[in-house]
Amino acid sequence: MTQIDPLAIRQGDRRALSRALTLVENNHPGSREIQAALFPHSGKAHLIGITGAPGTGKSTLVNQLAKAFRQQEDQKIAPKVAIIAVDPTSPFSGGALLGDRIRMHDLAGDKGIFIRSMASRGALGGLAHSTAAFVTVLDGAGFDLILIETVGAGQAEVDIARLAHTVVVVEAPGLGDDIQAIKAGILEIADILVVNKSDRPEAENTARALQAMLDMAHGGGSLSSAGKHMLRGNAGTKTIDNQPEHHWKPSIHLVTATNGDGINQLAADIKRHRIYLQETGLWQVKEENRLRRDLDALIKDMLLLQWQQKIDKAWFDAVLSDVIARKRTPIEAAEALI
Amino acid sequence: MTEKKIRVLIAKPGLDGHDRGAKVIARALRDAGMEVIYTGLRQTPEMIAEAALQEDVDVVGLSILSGAHTVLVPAVVKKLHENQLSDVKVFVGGIIPKEDIPELLEQGVYAVYGPGTDTQKVAEDIFQAFNPAEA
Ligand SMILES: Nc1nc2c(ncn2[C@@H]2O[C@H](COP(=O)(O)OP(=O)(O)O)[C@@H](O)[C@H]2O)c(=O)[nH]1
Ligand SMILES: [Mg+2]
Repeated sequence: MTQIDPLAIRQGDRRALSRALTLVENNHPGSREIQAALFPHSGKAHLIGITGAPGTGKSTLVNQLAKAFRQQEDQKIAPKVAIIAVDPTSPFSGGALLGDRIRMHDLAGDKGIFIRSMASRGALGGLAHSTAAFVTVLDGAGFDLILIETVGAGQAEVDIARLAHTVVVVEAPGLGDDIQAIKAGILEIADILVVNKSDRPEAENTARALQAMLDMAHGGGSLSSAGKHMLRGNAGTKTIDNQPEHHWKPSIHLVTATNGDGINQLAADIKRHRIYLQETGLWQVKEENRLRRDLDALIKDMLLLQWQQKIDKAWFDAVLSDVIARKRTPIEAAEALI
Repeated sequence: MTEKKIRVLIAKPGLDGHDRGAKVIARALRDAGMEVIYTGLRQTPEMIAEAALQEDVDVVGLSILSGAHTVLVPAVVKKLHENQLSDVKVFVGGIIPKEDIPELLEQGVYAVYGPGTDTQKVAEDIFQAFNPAEA
């Protein structure tokens, strides 16, 4: 494969960008250089996660949000918007059917928008392994807003809470998963809640049920926003002062993604959340926590790889049979092997 | 660590409202291990070429039932060229009269599949054209 010029990507060459993303996705050696060239320019984009069960209308909502961000009147230059839409890879065939673009026809022809579909390729947290690397490339390429639609398999999608600055959780009436949502802890990752399909009469009920859950979670200051960020981190992560003015209370938006009702208010709330993060210093905290976690993960991967390359296979098998024979505990075995 | 996957765009240009055939092909290619981007009904040649560019696909499959293939196929091929996507392989599926097939092949389409085609054949032809080992 021929070279891709990172400068061309920065100057808006969409073909170069697209091919770079493929290299990144395939973990091709050539992707290293591109990432290195773009990384210094990243860290500026507002990363917005859109999560929620399949069929709630995430793709339709992304279509409307992207349009709204491009058209908002208070801005001199329309922001460039990138969309990453993740769908599941079939565990049986390794193939994937990526259908999110079906809902995004309105965005065709706008050169300020770039949409890329992504298969999860075996990752289980709602994103693909290389989604974070995609974000760095798109951010470094100069996109101001990056909308990330997750798989939405119904479990807690922790990856998006770590990656995005703002997490929008989408619910819809009639899917019968209202209780499921609390179980999955999806409310804990929500910065903004959306009840989509408000054209349906049951939408009000869904919104009321959500509001009741929110009041339980956020009432009496038991789970403040600052506390929430603290819970998300691990040892060594930073938090901010637990000041009342630092609290972000997620609001609930009733919208109809098919006709655009409620979208402008939602887009404005997403912007407001960015400003909140920047003014409280949480933006920086999130950024540092994320980079620290990425570094931790990479070190683990690399150490494992180094160890795998030098370990004697026969010795490993011998120790493993000891464990299987219950002669050594797994911990003793691991200590002997490293 | 990750292997290269063949990426295919299945697109439905033209105005007819039937996409059952397109969906059958899309699912068959997924089941053959490919990553298939399906874009839905009523795509203009511009939209198809733009999606092919953004998704960096290896193959574009056009499903055409409307009889407008003699207009739509060259239009899509032209737009792909304009987007510097001349290396993207194009196949056509749908109701295409026999006498029109040579013309489509001449325009750069590598295969034309009629209504009764075994979907496995479509997948096999793609695998033949690609060696997924090389990125
Ligand atoms: N009635 C109604 N249907 C909607 C609305 N938004 C999306 N849908 C429909 O819900 C279905 C799933 O939408 P999609 O965006 O693909 O959901 P996703 O799986 O969460 O990405 C589609 O048939 C949409 O047309 C809405 O606001 N009202
Ligand atoms: Mg979707």
